[in-house]
Amino acid sequence: MKLYEYMGKDLFAGVGIAVPWGKVVGDPLEAAGVFKEIGPAVIKAQVLTGKRGKAGGIAFVNNPREAQNEAARLLGMTIDGFKVDRLLVERKLHIESEFYLAITIDGTLRCPVVLASIRGGMDIEEVPPEFIVKYLVNPILGLRPFMAREICRRLELKDGLASEFSAVLFKLYRLFRERDAELVEINPLVLSEGRFIAADAKVTIDDDALFRQKDLVRVEERTVLEKKAYELGLAFVELDGDIAVMANGAGMAMATLDMIYYYGGRPANFLDAGGGAGMEQTAQALELLLATEPRVMMINIFGGITRCDDVANAFAKVKREKNIEVPVVFRLVGTNEEAGRKILNDIGVSTYRTMREAAQKAVELAR
Amino acid sequence: MAIFIDENTRVMVQGITGNQGTFHTKQMLAYGTNIVAGVSPGKGGSMVEKIPVYDTVESAFLEYEPDAAILFVPAPFARDGVLETLSVGIKVIVVVTEGIPVHDAIEIIALARINGAVVVGPNTFGLISSGKCKLGIMPHQYYVRGPVGIVARSGTLSYEIVANLKEAGFGTSTAVGLGGDRVAGLSFIDVIREFEADSETELIVMIGEIGGTSEEEAAHYIKNNVKKPVIAYLAGKSAPPGKRMGHAGAIIERGQGTFQTKVQTLESAGVRVAELPFEVPYLVKEFLG
Repeated sequence: MKLYEYMGKDLFAGVGIAVPWGKVVGDPLEAAGVFKEIGPAVIKAQVLTGKRGKAGGIAFVNNPREAQNEAARLLGMTIDGFKVDRLLVERKLHIESEFYLAITIDGTLRCPVVLASIRGGMDIEEVPPEFIVKYLVNPILGLRPFMAREICRRLELKDGLASEFSAVLFKLYRLFRERDAELVEINPLVLSEGRFIAADAKVTIDDDALFRQKDLVRVEERTVLEKKAYELGLAFVELDGDIAVMANGAGMAMATLDMIYYYGGRPANFLDAGGGAGMEQTAQALELLLATEPRVMMINIFGGITRCDDVANAFAKVKREKNIEVPVVFRLVGTNEEAGRKILNDIGVSTYRTMREAAQKAVELAR
Repeated sequence: MAIFIDENTRVMVQGITGNQGTFHTKQMLAYGTNIVAGVSPGKGGSMVEKIPVYDTVESAFLEYEPDAAILFVPAPFARDGVLETLSVGIKVIVVVTEGIPVHDAIEIIALARINGAVVVGPNTFGLISSGKCKLGIMPHQYYVRGPVGIVARSGTLSYEIVANLKEAGFGTSTAVGLGGDRVAGLSFIDVIREFEADSETELIVMIGEIGGTSEEEAAHYIKNNVKKPVIAYLAGKSAPPGKRMGHAGAIIERGQGTFQTKVQTLESAGVRVAELPFEVPYLVKEFLG
């Protein structure tokens, strides 16, 4: 779950990392009002994308009038598909220099990794690698003073600056662990009058750990259908084609999409009904797919833990209740295959034995 | 020979009294797995499929000394369950549970390494040494003895390929599920190294997908260390960047984990990459005729 900048900054403040003075507003007049309190300000669109700066989603303002106008402009924007409905108005910082600091997870090496640079303020992908310090943290030890000293040495930070930087690093690491974050990023970490201030905040919380992060406000970036699928426990991603796809297992679902593309079709979605999907879950998945009004529906089931007769019964049930009009291409093999096929044949639905035949048929029907 | 487990492996099932635990205990027994004990806090003294159930791992261990464990424990309790198993010295731990917080997974994997233990998963279908021992949830009718070693990130897709191989007359030595999460106890390299040394395995099939860099790292390892032929199939060619495709680890982020990079790196290491899953048996046939 990605957090908005202002939420990330609240978390930063909670662990003692300095952030600029600011307020969240939802209309231009409010923005002008905040200006009157704080003076020269920066107004930032609150969207869950890193492309904000380049898209013009940040404005510096020097009088209330300007604050109001710029806020009005920002509130009408759509950035990278996200509609802007909230702004963060902050006191403008006096910037001496800009650093970069982040902690994330290295999936391959299975440990937290600290990324730091004295060249902050730009996309980290654009910073030459020799200017990025990458330090792996032993997960059993956690972040220790000797590690912070080594990171500062590599950054060539001295004395007072090194201890200021280390203090931020320790606070950020604590937040990373306590909040089950996948990413905490400060870019830029601004040096202003001798102290570090987090001018931006990017925080992503591990969805799987939300059960123990109950006090965090939930941020929704899913589409309406994706949200519904999530609530049903289904992995679902909307795509832009016209062949609705359901498969059991994530790898199988991906391979099904790949095959549809290979034969010249375009899938409407990714849907993993689960490697062990039962009847109820399958029925819900089917109803969700029908709601997308596809041109063709392809169901690809390799029965293992999932039983073919359960899937067939679920389909028959939905068909009885919903009157399915779109053509359905069913691939059904594995556990209780014969029983499943019979159930489908009895209601006039034919089945395929291989993924290839089914994908080719689905593409042909979509033409 | 086989890798990680064989006909002598003594298995303990954690979370044996839950729906999944009971169902798969029955299935594993049917395949011939030597399950000696189960654990389920608060259910000690009961029996599941004639297997004695204990409240704690330690009490089960004192009685039966199992050497491998499989966990069907709900995600919020999985870390504690794995640590409990590590603490008695069990060296092979299969974590089927899906949805374990990534910080928990990192911790248990790091501690397992310190203890010289192997964590298979989390979010894995497990592992199976054909005809010898099944420690997982795969539909086992497709796993017959043969020369092909399987290492996969996803369950059903590997079942599909194993079934295709069986139909073409090729059995499997051992099949290992790395798991679909962002961090996994075993990497492709860990498993490929074992297959290279395993006398029963003549050829290795790796089933990967987009996201992460474990296929790329495997490619570098294969280039320098593996003499046996390696065939790969990768899912997710058509996946859009930034979207999680079912598995927590199946996501293209910051330009990393793309299909194209993986295929290029593997091919330059001499790995044959199948375009579609059903082509895998044809490629196997080229090597094993």
